[in-house]
Amino acid sequence: MSTLSVTLRVWRQPGPGQPGRFAEYPAKNLNSDMSFLEMLDVVNEELTLKGEEPIAFDHDCREGICGTCSLMIDGKPHGPHRGVATCQTYLRSFEDGAVILIEPFRARAFPVLKDLITDRSAFDRIQQSGGFITARAGSAPDANATLIPKGDADLAMDAAQCIGCGACVAACKNASAMLFVAAKVSHLGLLPQGQPERDRRVLAMVQTMDGEGFGGCTNQYECSAACPKLISHDFIARLNRDYVKASFRSHLGQAPAGSGGGAG
Amino acid sequence: MAQLDAKVPAGPLADKWRKHKADIKLVNPANKRKYDVIVVGAGLAGASTAASLADLGYRVKCFVFHDSPRRAHSIAAQGGINAAKNYPNDGDSVHRLFYDTIKGGDYRSREANTHRLAEVSVNIIDQCAALGVPFAREYGGLLANRSFGGAQVSRTFYARGQTGQQLLLGAYSALSRLVGGNAVELFTHSEMLDLVVVDGHAKGIIVRDLVTGEITRHAGDAVVLATGGYGNVFNLSTYARGSNATAIWRAYKRGACFANPCFTQIHPTCIPVSGDYQSKLTLMSESLRNDGRIWVPKKAEDRKKDPAAIPEDDRDYYLERMYPAFGNLSPRDIASRAAKRVCDEGRGVGASGLGVYLDFSDAIRRLTENGVRERYGNLFDIYHEITNENAYQVPMRIFPAVHYTMGGLWVDYNLMSNVPGLFVLGEANFSDHGANRLGASALMQGLADGLFVIPYTIGDYLAGQKPGARPPADHPAFAAAEGTVRAMNSRLLGLKGKATVDHYHKELGKILWTHCGMARSRAGLEEALKLIPALREEFWKNVNVPGSSESLNQSLERAGRVADFLELGELMCRDALAREESCGCHFREEYHYPDGECKRDDANFAHAAAWEYQGEGKVPLRNVEPLNFEFVKPSVRNYK
Repeated sequence: MSTLSVTLRVWRQPGPGQPGRFAEYPAKNLNSDMSFLEMLDVVNEELTLKGEEPIAFDHDCREGICGTCSLMIDGKPHGPHRGVATCQTYLRSFEDGAVILIEPFRARAFPVLKDLITDRSAFDRIQQSGGFITARAGSAPDANATLIPKGDADLAMDAAQCIGCGACVAACKNASAMLFVAAKVSHLGLLPQGQPERDRRVLAMVQTMDGEGFGGCTNQYECSAACPKLISHDFIARLNRDYVKASFRSHLGQAPAGSGGGAG
Repeated sequence: MAQLDAKVPAGPLADKWRKHKADIKLVNPANKRKYDVIVVGAGLAGASTAASLADLGYRVKCFVFHDSPRRAHSIAAQGGINAAKNYPNDGDSVHRLFYDTIKGGDYRSREANTHRLAEVSVNIIDQCAALGVPFAREYGGLLANRSFGGAQVSRTFYARGQTGQQLLLGAYSALSRLVGGNAVELFTHSEMLDLVVVDGHAKGIIVRDLVTGEITRHAGDAVVLATGGYGNVFNLSTYARGSNATAIWRAYKRGACFANPCFTQIHPTCIPVSGDYQSKLTLMSESLRNDGRIWVPKKAEDRKKDPAAIPEDDRDYYLERMYPAFGNLSPRDIASRAAKRVCDEGRGVGASGLGVYLDFSDAIRRLTENGVRERYGNLFDIYHEITNENAYQVPMRIFPAVHYTMGGLWVDYNLMSNVPGLFVLGEANFSDHGANRLGASALMQGLADGLFVIPYTIGDYLAGQKPGARPPADHPAFAAAEGTVRAMNSRLLGLKGKATVDHYHKELGKILWTHCGMARSRAGLEEALKLIPALREEFWKNVNVPGSSESLNQSLERAGRVADFLELGELMCRDALAREESCGCHFREEYHYPDGECKRDDANFAHAAAWEYQGEGKVPLRNVEPLNFEFVKPSVRNYK
């Protein structure tokens, strides 16, 4: 076990819409096996004992699955490593004596609530507009009545891994939510159960995304590089295809995807 | 004294639920929209409750302390969900799942509830597949299964190593559909801080908005708590940091009985503790025990050696040795205690000596490294991130950690507590897992309760409540409850002491882990019953909670939760002390067979102990619900 000392330069902001500033805090003699969030815990304990307000930051499961933690660490969402969340980042990844810049995820659609905590409820509203398959409890047929080719199921699962953290938005210079929406649309659109609502879903989710103030996609793929689940930007192409087809069908008054062939 | 009528329907076990559904009262569709139902929590149980009740036509208000319902801790479950589908054709059935669950719980759960859980398990998989949950499949397109601890059939459905997230996203999507359709009113960042009881019935809650600090009253015709377990009372656990007991604890203080609080599950396969700063323990899914072999050196002097340098003959594969029939797939309580025993013998590995090896070298020889990666790749990645070790090359080190609580608020067959109108679902209640829960059964229970039980049973209660008769939020009971909440917050903020909230949480955790953890004794529990009240008294004199109650204040949130844990911890020790037997997770050092296995006392303790609050500073009352085993004969659990 080795130890290190670092200086944290942290964004402090008392509340929504209020001016913020960077404040510096030394963090000394830390165990290199400590997680990044545990380091913030330690700093917060010291601040509390000194009578200062601790740094507010979001976190919960601390094992990379709930998507609550965020943070821009030295300009990168979820810190220096690929494919992990901030809570899975350990101090062994930092040099002794380093100055570490810690900011909230910054996007117009994610306003700061306090210090490092942002409001990501725009993602929920996108989901509420169409990110579902309508299936009332009690009405489902036997699960094995619908065969799903393993390849489709695996690809749907690749998309479904999204933890809704918002790193894709924070990484994008346009603060676009395309990777998030693409993951949701692809997950459900790849499955046979998702076909009846496929057009409706993609149109509604894209419309809500735009309405929430997320930017457009200019295909630079910072999003998938920053994604803690490494969700591929290929899904964005899939979203675009789905969206274009659904728009045409809707404008031309054609039957939506997933409607049955019927007689003739 | 509380009336504990379990309301188990008469008749043969397999017919009880069907008959009950036909007998209980219904609410007609036009009246459903006249009832407001409050749902607290949006994990698997809460989200599925809110969605299924709203689909039925009830007006639902759903409260979560997270920023989004998709964050609830159901999301972290890794391994899978059980269902008696018998797709693998290996002899599974509803009866076998029921039997495995009741035996796995060491005969301390209610037969009728456990059987119903097994019955509806098959519908859960259908419902989740319909919602688009991407379960693992075979090349032919059919669903895949795997085996799990405590069972000899393959009945576990899974979605890579993140079954919990995929199931929760399914439940969340159903909830989102109804929020979008204005059938559910969703309150995020909203923590329930008190239950409002009017004329003996649960009729509302008091809520604090965690962003603005605003305290509001919400009235309803019924209240459903689906707020999860209380394992964070130990501080270090596999729970999310925010998981807490506040909702159920404050309901307890308003009259709901708390059953079997000492039944806390210690999971055998977690990454060992590395230092004092540690904030949580990470689980390595039990599914790893399908292919990994658990061992320690036979000789204590080998424990610091490079494991590769320890020859096969000097290794003790102790689970395979002690339990040849189940081997590495022995139930959690048994596997955890066995790990403790070999570590107590001085044979534990790793720097602290509190660890055992989970070794995949045999599996890699059999399946190749890629084969192992395909099955468990993400778990090996997690292990690598945390320990910086490559488990394809060196064995994992694991140790037991607090993982789940079988105890919880007492409920009857309808999942209603002894306070009429208060329903408790999922991990927050006590009913289905007895003294030990089998793997892949928590997700099953959360969804069973929310999708297939509460939609029927809540109608039986509401049919007896006049539509529109719920008391208004300016009723004196609401004012009184709001006053209690405000007074507690002011008191916490006003103390300005010298120690942090986390300090007290850690101290409480140490007391409980030492005296009310994997092994318990009369002397240890009596000691803990002195230490905890003293710690609580110090907390209320010396804790420092900075900031105000008028804005986002994470210290204040934690302070309230830890204050509750400091009371709950005492009740757990009281319960463990009163239960003079060993059963499942509850191992009393005074009661065991010569080979170290649990020795139950069915003559005196075949019951649920439901504790009833008697007021501050008073000893709570221990009520008893006898468990009448009509259909299975409790026997000594044998996994040999």
